Amino acid sequence: MKLSYFLQYLASGITVGSVYALVALGFNMIYNATGIINFAQGEFVMLGGMTMVFLTGALKLPMWISFIVSVMSVTAVGALLERGAIYPLKGAPPITLIIITIGASILIRGASILIWGEDAYRLPGITGDRPIRVLGASILPQSFWVIGVGAILMGALQLFQRYTLFGKAMRASAADSEAATLVGISPRRMTLWSFAISAAIGSVAGIIITPIVFTHYNVGVMLGLKGFCAAVLGGLGSFMGAVVGGFLLGVLEKLAVGFAPIGYSGYENAIAFIVMLLILFLRPSGILGRGEVEKA
Amino acid sequence: MRNRDYLIFILILLGTGLIPLPLMPLEAGGFYIRVLTVILLYSIITTGLSLLMGYAGQISLGHAAFFGLGAYCSGLLAVKLPISPWLALPAAVAGTALVSYAVAIPVLKLKGHYLAMATLGFGEIVYVFLKELDWLTGDPAGLIGIPPFSLGRLSLISSESQYYMTWAFFSLVLLLSVSLINSRVGRALRAIHGDDLAAEALGVNVSKLKIQAFVLSAVYAALAGSLYAHFEGFIGYTTFNLMLSIKLVTMVVIGGMTNIWGALLGTAILTALPQFLTAFKDYEMVVYGAIMILVMLFAPRGLIGLILRRKRDEEAVA
Repeated sequence: MKLSYFLQYLASGITVGSVYALVALGFNMIYNATGIINFAQGEFVMLGGMTMVFLTGALKLPMWISFIVSVMSVTAVGALLERGAIYPLKGAPPITLIIITIGASILIRGASILIWGEDAYRLPGITGDRPIRVLGASILPQSFWVIGVGAILMGALQLFQRYTLFGKAMRASAADSEAATLVGISPRRMTLWSFAISAAIGSVAGIIITPIVFTHYNVGVMLGLKGFCAAVLGGLGSFMGAVVGGFLLGVLEKLAVGFAPIGYSGYENAIAFIVMLLILFLRPSGILGRGEVEKA
Repeated sequence: MRNRDYLIFILILLGTGLIPLPLMPLEAGGFYIRVLTVILLYSIITTGLSLLMGYAGQISLGHAAFFGLGAYCSGLLAVKLPISPWLALPAAVAGTALVSYAVAIPVLKLKGHYLAMATLGFGEIVYVFLKELDWLTGDPAGLIGIPPFSLGRLSLISSESQYYMTWAFFSLVLLLSVSLINSRVGRALRAIHGDDLAAEALGVNVSKLKIQAFVLSAVYAALAGSLYAHFEGFIGYTTFNLMLSIKLVTMVVIGGMTNIWGALLGTAILTALPQFLTAFKDYEMVVYGAIMILVMLFAPRGLIGLILRRKRDEEAVA
């Protein structure tokens, strides 16, 4: 195994792992607040990238304005989804909620086709697209942006949940919504915020990854599912689990593909699901989870 | 209850058996009959899913995989060995049953969202393998030259003969399912749906029954897959994607999970709808997604639930 190859695959693994981690965090945010697996999580990622391309490309707005507007619009979509389709269905069985969020995912993809068509788009890298040579490996500068922004967002979320009153209220509501109500927290409002924040995280992931992975109406499906695999790998509902699971899955995928015999790289998309099934069968609470799968 | 189910069964058989007759002389008759064939083909699968979801209370987002396994096993056996499609069909169904049994044992220990994601993961894994095993299928695009069913010298390739062949299998599947529902097994499945623990306490072998329901639904899907392969003569892996799994589940849920008639209603509507909305193809996904959300919001028991509720309301008034 040559070091430069290893570095190369490691770098792309960490890059894509950052995105998986962000998507997994979005899953956990909603799962903790509501016990729902949001099948439209990947669509937030897609919408983030698409809106950014639209604002910077078609409307020629500056990068930072486009960024803020994109994140805010996708956040609004997340909030709208909660108010429109989740809020009215309190206490519905899982199958109803699964169908609802799958319906939302299809609806959002359909709307994306109507607005932007079925073409693939990309963004220029924030600091150019010329690869940087690191110890023989060539790494896109955008990779550093993805990893950096991802790390900052993960850190900020962790601080928010641990040290702000609002973050504590969200965690309290997730831990025991009745007890939280007794101290004046509204679980319904926390649910709304969980969807909004989750959409915001997804949109940021979508924006920073678009210079590397082209975006199109269907790009969110696979990213969403892999993000879910990462969440399960780390332990559904666990913050650190999402981060660890995301990076682990990304690196595992890229290393496996990098060192697979010629002609076998097509199996890349099966790896995440095989890992997820193994975890679900052998240790359903994940690497860092708390272990209450059965009641789901 | 029992007699009413068999009455509906006979009415459906008569209806589906007679419906092609007035269509045959029409110029576009072949098209309509092919749409009807697809409806019956999917109905075979959704009948099984309805047993699994509505009766046993377990979800599967991976049934396109069993449909695909049935199609590929049957097609490969008939092309590579080669054996008669009439032998390939039971072999493919048996093979898929074994796979589904192996999958069911660990997967059905999971519940709710976890079960949904695990079955989805299984479906994705099968999809990737169907795609990558092109050395076996010989062509990256799919498997070509699958022979049709034949009776003596007569090849069943006309749309009418394919329709009635599907109809015959559909009838068998429906009869088996209706008898199952109205047996001790059906009551036990409903008990599992109501409450696992209570059913267990009453002497129902919960995990065994769940596995049996899962395998039966996979068998139905494989049967439909085999028929599909020999009708089309060509199969490609892209058919058996996640979206198909989702569509199948959606048919059951939109139609209504409370009984298998709901699944049939949902299958007929959701299969026919896109065929007649081709002028609005761009809107297909938006409409589909919106229907899923709206039905869940306003008729969580599905369309059949709406019909039944109205009837119950009328009875209450009377």
